[in-house]
Order: sequence, then C-alpha cells, then structure tokens
Amino acid sequence: MASQPQTGALEPAEQPITAWLWPVLAAWLVPGGGHFMLKKSGRGALIFGSILLMFLFGLFMRGVMFTPESGPDYLTTFINYGGFLSNLSAGGIYILTAMFNYSQPDAAGAVHDYGTKFLVCAGLLNVLAIVDAWEIARGEKE
Amino acid sequence: MPKINLSHFEAAFLFSLLTSVVMGITSKKTQKEQINYGVYCFSMFILALFGIGWAMRLGHG
Repeated sequence: MASQPQTGALEPAEQPITAWLWPVLAAWLVPGGGHFMLKKSGRGALIFGSILLMFLFGLFMRGVMFTPESGPDYLTTFINYGGFLSNLSAGGIYILTAMFNYSQPDAAGAVHDYGTKFLVCAGLLNVLAIVDAWEIARGEKE
Repeated sequence: MPKINLSHFEAAFLFSLLTSVVMGITSKKTQKEQINYGVYCFSMFILALFGIGWAMRLGHG
C-alpha cells in the first residue's frame, strides 16, 4: 500500500492549541505582538507602528469610544455594540485608554468623525494582525 | 494630550497609508506579494479619494 511521505511537520488541524493560543493573545494585547513572538520582527514592527499611529491619531482628533449600550432602534444598537467590539479589538492600547478615563462626547465635525473612524479601524486592523499571527502559528503561512 | 486638526485629504491620506501597510502584510504570503499588494491598495485608496472627491465637486455644480 502506498503511503504518504512523512515530513515530520504537523498538519494545521493537528497543531496543539498552545501552538497558537499565546501568539493570538499576544497579538490582541499588543498589536504585532504575535508576530514578534513568532520571530517575525519586521512585520511585527510595521503592524505595531501602523496600528499604534492610527489609534493615536484617533485620540488626537478626539474620536469617540463606543460603549455597549442599547439605542432607540436596532441600527443604533448594532453600531454601538459593533463599534465597542472594534475598539476592544485594539487590545492593550484600548485598555490603557479606558484606564486613563478617556471620554469624548459625540460632537459634530469632520475631525471628530475621522477620529472615531481611526479608533475603530485601528481595532479592525488588529483583527487582521491577529488572524495573520494565528495562520503563521498554525504553519499555514510563513 | 495634544489635539490635531487634519484636513479631509490629510486624514484620508494617513488612513490609506496605514491601512495599506497592514493589509499588505496580512493578506499575502511572500514579501514581494506583500509589497505589491500594499502599493496596490494604497494606489486604489488614493484613486478613490481623488475620484470621489471630484465626483462630489462636480455633483455640487
């Protein structure tokens, strides 16, 4: 009976949970942290710099942080919860900001609005970085 | 904490640049593909920025 060649490497589905759990947690806590942990320092530094800059510019433009609360209609509730999850995805920098009681009332103006989008997008970009770290840790990507 | 006021163009340019860097790194496997895709994303962002900007300008008459 013909057998498959043995390479010694585990298939992604056979990887133990600890192979990717810590890089994923590190990637959430510090943008690019998972890449640093997986010895991808160049990519980690670029991800860290980009996400941190986007988050800081969001703060400097006095963007609004979303809170998980119900609104008068489903769309508002969806935006509030979605925005909160996106903000939370930024990880440690979001936690630090919350610890320092950053609070900005929702004000009219393009600059505030850009700031809010920058804060949300920093979190969403970190989700991409977390998934990338997960793929690298599972051996699906170099 | 400092407060900054960026123009629409400055904010959109910065957003395009930072987003393209992360999308390039996370979307492709080899370094060459990552650079190419990052440059492609940035170009498309800037093209859309000018295109939609001009469409709004002309739409207003």
